[in-house]
Amino acid sequence: MKRVAVALLIALAVAPAAAADPPRSGIVHVKVPPGTSDVDYGAQLYGGNCVTCHGADGRGITKSVKGAGDVPGLGPSLRGVGALAADFYLRTGYMPLEDPNAQPRRSKVLFDERELRALTAYVASLGDGPAIPTPHPERGNLAAGLQLFVENCAGCHQAVAEGGYVTGAVAPPLEDATPTQIAEAIRIGPYLMPRFSEKRLSNQQVDSLIRYVKYAKHPDDRGGWSLGHVGPVPEGLITWFVGIAAAIVACLLIGKRLSG
Amino acid sequence: MIRGIVRFVDERSGAAPFIKKTLRYVFPDHWSFLLGEVALYSFVVLVMTGIYLTFFFKPSLTQVHYHGQYLPLEGRSMSEAYQSAVDISFRVKAGLLIRQTHHWAADVFVAAIVVHMLRIFFTGAFRKPRDLTYFIGLTMLGVALLEGYLGYSMVDDLLSGMGLAIGYSVLMSIPFVGANLAQLVWGDPYPGKHEFESRMYSMHVLVLPILIGTLLALHLALVAARHHTQFRGRRATERQVVGAPTFPGYAPRSLGLLFSVFGILFLLGGLVQINPIWQWGPYHVADATNGAQPDWYLGWLIGALRLMPNFDVTIGNYTLVPNPFWGGAGFPLFVFFVLYTWPWLERRVTGDRAFHNLLDRPRDAPWRTAIGVAFFTWVFIVFVAGSADRLFVFFGISYSVQIWIMRVAIWVVPVIALALTKRVCDELVRGEQVEVRRKAAEAEALA
Amino acid sequence: MKRWLGALAVLVLGRGRRKPRLGDERERIVQLRFPDRRAEGFVAFAFIAAAVCAIAFPVIYAVDSIPAQTQFLGLSLGLAFLFLAVACVGLAKGVIDDETEEEYKPPSNPEEQEEVEQIFAETGERFTRRKLLWTAGGTAGVALGAALVTPALSLGPVFHTGSLYTTPWRRGRRLVDEVGRVLRADEIEQGVMYTAFPEHADREQMGAPLVVVRLKPEQLRLPAERKGWAPEGILAYSKICTHAGCAISLYRKPTFAVVEPHEAFVCPCHYSTFDPAKAGKVIFGPAGRDLPQLPLQIARGGELRAAGNFSGPVGPSWWGVRLHKARSGP
Repeated sequence: MKRVAVALLIALAVAPAAAADPPRSGIVHVKVPPGTSDVDYGAQLYGGNCVTCHGADGRGITKSVKGAGDVPGLGPSLRGVGALAADFYLRTGYMPLEDPNAQPRRSKVLFDERELRALTAYVASLGDGPAIPTPHPERGNLAAGLQLFVENCAGCHQAVAEGGYVTGAVAPPLEDATPTQIAEAIRIGPYLMPRFSEKRLSNQQVDSLIRYVKYAKHPDDRGGWSLGHVGPVPEGLITWFVGIAAAIVACLLIGKRLSG
Repeated sequence: MIRGIVRFVDERSGAAPFIKKTLRYVFPDHWSFLLGEVALYSFVVLVMTGIYLTFFFKPSLTQVHYHGQYLPLEGRSMSEAYQSAVDISFRVKAGLLIRQTHHWAADVFVAAIVVHMLRIFFTGAFRKPRDLTYFIGLTMLGVALLEGYLGYSMVDDLLSGMGLAIGYSVLMSIPFVGANLAQLVWGDPYPGKHEFESRMYSMHVLVLPILIGTLLALHLALVAARHHTQFRGRRATERQVVGAPTFPGYAPRSLGLLFSVFGILFLLGGLVQINPIWQWGPYHVADATNGAQPDWYLGWLIGALRLMPNFDVTIGNYTLVPNPFWGGAGFPLFVFFVLYTWPWLERRVTGDRAFHNLLDRPRDAPWRTAIGVAFFTWVFIVFVAGSADRLFVFFGISYSVQIWIMRVAIWVVPVIALALTKRVCDELVRGEQVEVRRKAAEAEALA
Repeated sequence: MKRWLGALAVLVLGRGRRKPRLGDERERIVQLRFPDRRAEGFVAFAFIAAAVCAIAFPVIYAVDSIPAQTQFLGLSLGLAFLFLAVACVGLAKGVIDDETEEEYKPPSNPEEQEEVEQIFAETGERFTRRKLLWTAGGTAGVALGAALVTPALSLGPVFHTGSLYTTPWRRGRRLVDEVGRVLRADEIEQGVMYTAFPEHADREQMGAPLVVVRLKPEQLRLPAERKGWAPEGILAYSKICTHAGCAISLYRKPTFAVVEPHEAFVCPCHYSTFDPAKAGKVIFGPAGRDLPQLPLQIARGGELRAAGNFSGPVGPSWWGVRLHKARSGP
């Protein structure tokens, strides 16, 4: 009975990570002759790894079809998403995604640098889309960043970027996000996240936001052990499992068994 | 020298007989009898550290601009209350230590009362003649919950501000009079008048501590007047209490526990961060953060609020019972109602109206223990429903599924717990009887 | 002279302690116990340790250059207390140990109970017009109680709940963003969530903040009476959750609508979820009332203006929340 319970717990724990993992069959590397342009190389990689869900020429597949290997085919159009989106989804490992119904999560990136560049170039060639942003967090204002973050992001990602969730999805913690990825995510709004165009949040404001998110990775924890910056829940656990436990130990040591 | 002091005091107050009686007053000894003292000493820390904080905290919602050490708040508009709390944490030397110790002490204070209450419940110490003592204790628990809530809400940070909006909503949801009461307390529709901050401060610093202090004095006086209960022993009977006298036997023990509690609280206050308000930022009506939770002792309420299915009870256009009432007011009132009426309920059902100075071991009152375990399990699962969402998300279980699992669990698990507990108690008692018979048989065989 | 000095010495120092001798007429109160030198030594050591930790506190306090000051301060004070605790427990268990027994007080004192009852009864004998006095006295008490409670009414408008219906929105009021810039219809894009406030009004009230989003007009499923409320598919709703008053700061927008749930506002407190396409309908969570919608109009210059007040009062419900419409106020 105990073994079944442990196995179940492990299975449950592994499940979410597994859902966002790259396809079990791995990715398809292609060999191209030297001198092949990035776009062509990318087209080949696309054909081996992405076309099943995103369709020929990136036009998207909106009705599920039996795909090659173990991947069912379903995916949005990539026309006009630009290098920005490709760079984001590929470098975070959000894509490729094993199950198109699952939420894309950060996972191991199996493509190498050349392949990433090639795929990004190919997707960028599929129509006019935004280029990879070049944020400058050092030019941002930290206080403005905190205010903007609370007003626009904390509702899902929590005030200190520890992550949170919405009905239907998880808003991930941002500790692994690079400045470029933050800028990209803000513009895209991946999965269920709303997007923020330049009219909504200027590049200057995004710089401030990124500066704050970088700060939030190591915020001021002068009070001691930070307990993950998520507030009263771990504080309550400490109250009971450290505070009360220690008090009870004290009581056990002090209380005396009577002689009769 | 002692003689000189005692003579001085006795000549002016006639208190020597009282002093002698107090010095040799007998405390029955069991580790679980010390839990109430843990709460008491936490309260002492609360008062001491609280007084220190009042020398620095500004209970005012006047808006100011921050120019201090914490750069992410530079230039931000915030209330004086919030700013003074950030200053206590950053600018006042030892301020953060005192502030954190105060907050840890509040969490531990309520936890200690709960553990103490559980001990009282499961050993039947609430029976006549100590039911009044028990009622006073329950009242202190209720007041402590409010006191803690007001304490962390005074700071006007984002997290506690969200909690105040919820408190306002629960008050509004009381049938017939909710909105009127809410208007009275807040002075205006939420966020209310600036005076609301003064009201919280006055209640938290003056009215409620005096109330707790008075109830505490009454509680301790009653315990002393009726003497502490004890477990049955060879010399410990319904008529005779055995234990250590206050002086010299018990005093160093109590002092030891006092210093232990002080030590634990100050260690926590210095080493483990609690309520880092500077990280949340100041409260604004239009702002919110994910993962907002109340302090642990109100977690049962957020669980109840989240689990309720969505309905307002209406009669035509009159909204009789808005939704938050059930989770935010009805549920805690019901729990306290059961706790208050339990002594009476037990007397009715068992017909036992006698005085009891001896305690039951939990196994000796299997129905009380089983029903108690079931009841507290019910409350505990509601509590878990409010705070464990992050844990379940880690396992990939969607929030909506969690809610449904919890809605079933709160009814199913207590029933299982009741059956299991009753079984365990019965088995333990039966096991003891077998032991007794075995020992008697062995003695007979040897004789 | 010597006599005076002697008298002074006696006055200050006393007559000297009288050592209790075994075999004195008085019975021992505190039990006899074998002394334990090692325990006493241990206690002394604990005291010294406590002293060392305690002294560290003012030292750490004074030296500003010590990093993590809060942690070291807490460590020194906490350990000082713990060592003191150890010393006390050492005393209790090793040095002083004492046990005795005592009688519980009798369960009640029937004699005195009767006497108390007698006092009241005998006092009562002096009264002949009891009912009159009780009634008159009772009336005085109640009246005085009411008088003393009356100033409490100044705390807030107990009897006037009208302001609960008031919001600062009215026909023609412009929408501004967090920094006060006027919002224009042509800059509202799909997939983006906007927070808006009424121009020239206090933001710190529940009736002020809005969430504004744009949906495709064909997605809308608004009731007939709200047909013109969402020009070009731009919708505005109250940002305050109708469950318990938290700010609805989550907007769920599908990137790939085929597999992802549709647009919704979600409240982070108890996860009440509202559907902007369906007039703020509650689709999950405990909220008992749909999210109030603000009718919008696009002014000639292109700015977004309110076309009236909300569809209902904003914020958490109370007994009168469905009795009246939302009203305009400051």
